Amino acid sequence: MAEYHWTTPLTNEQIEKLHVGDQVFLTGTIYMARDAAHKRMVGLLEENKPLPVDLRDQIIFYAGPCPPKPGQVIGPTAPTTAYRMDPYASAMYEYGVKGTIGKGPRGDTVKASCEKYNTVSFAAIGGLSAILSKCIQAVKVVAYEDLGPEAIRELEIKEFPLLVAYDAYGKDLYEQEISKYKNRL
Amino acid sequence: MRTIHVNEIKDTVANLCWEACYYLPDDVINGFKKAEEKEISPLGKSILNQLIENAEVAATEHMPYCHDTGLAIIYVEVGQDVHFIGGTFQDSIHEGVKKGYSEGFLRKSVVGDPLLRVNTNTNTPAIIHTDIVPGDQVKITVLPKGGGSENMSAMKFLLPGEGVEGVKKFVLETIEAAGGKACPPIMVGVGIGGSFDKVTGIAKEAIMREVGVYHHEPHIAQLEKELLEDINKTGIGPQGLGGINTALSVAIETYACHITALPVAVNIQCHAARKKTAII
Repeated sequence: MAEYHWTTPLTNEQIEKLHVGDQVFLTGTIYMARDAAHKRMVGLLEENKPLPVDLRDQIIFYAGPCPPKPGQVIGPTAPTTAYRMDPYASAMYEYGVKGTIGKGPRGDTVKASCEKYNTVSFAAIGGLSAILSKCIQAVKVVAYEDLGPEAIRELEIKEFPLLVAYDAYGKDLYEQEISKYKNRL
Repeated sequence: MRTIHVNEIKDTVANLCWEACYYLPDDVINGFKKAEEKEISPLGKSILNQLIENAEVAATEHMPYCHDTGLAIIYVEVGQDVHFIGGTFQDSIHEGVKKGYSEGFLRKSVVGDPLLRVNTNTNTPAIIHTDIVPGDQVKITVLPKGGGSENMSAMKFLLPGEGVEGVKKFVLETIEAAGGKACPPIMVGVGIGGSFDKVTGIAKEAIMREVGVYHHEPHIAQLEKELLEDINKTGIGPQGLGGINTALSVAIETYACHITALPVAVNIQCHAARKKTAII
């Protein structure tokens, strides 16, 4: 399993290199959005209206942070459960999102979309919030401020640790790893 | 009769909210450490090590272990010789949650109406369970409950004849369906018996039991051990990325029930198993 240290935006060629289980330490700009923001964005896409932020070729981080303490850039942050964004994911990938970051297994529609649109779904460790927030160097709310922790935020990250959970070849890291350890206790 | 001003309730609840979120209990951290020693998946081992480190960073820097600082579930045992003054008991708890989540820089994760979904921005209302007990003390426990694992919880009425095997089957089905979505390693709380409402209540009380402590009745303790083994044979592992440590504990609570019924509830607690108690 390969290890990459890459800067956003990711190119089609980079996505093609990725296979499930590969580690990517990502630096650059990504966008944070979760349930409520996705519902609004997919509503706009269905009406052929522009999104409040151009997310084509970008990476979406499914998360909602704690408020920062004085002196902090952002409060504790880690991915939320990815499958809740499954109903929106195909539309977002079709629109041009290159990758998503969440935790936990996803449905077949996501697997199929990653293959169809040459995109990936990354996993980061859920609840690793104190540590992961240290990889975030800047943050600003760029849309849907009324949603509070669910607003769309633009983040500058440095060496943010990710695993490829679903690649552009239809593979599933969760299925693969669980089958290795079934009945091994 | 002992008189307690409700401000004391408010301030205690406020402190418990952030203390619970910053400092993961020792029994849970020790559970991670034991799991890490046993884990055969390199990825699972690495995840467990990172969780241990995350707990250390959160405690040292006085910040939440997990960004999902939860719905505030508050258990209060009120001594029957206590008289509250200065306001209402219920309001003082909601006000305590509001204060704790604001001053502790915790995430506000509550929408006021489940369908209109507008954030209340205070993390209130809390969920309050009150019990009247003998004495003149007030015991308050705050359980900040994360949404990811709560979403994966389930309840079912089995036929009485399905018995122990039926219970095991339902618990395992629930855990397998949850997989990595519930943020393992998990603590599994199981309620058996009671009514529709009671069984989910005791399942939730079960998740607060210390990791590594089994039920005082031998046949229930035996079932807990068997279920823990079966759950850890699923291969789900830490974060659902494979391994032999899917759950750190299974705790069962039981209650009497109707002759027609065998209700079972499974409440899942993610690895951010936070709970904090104070006695006034």
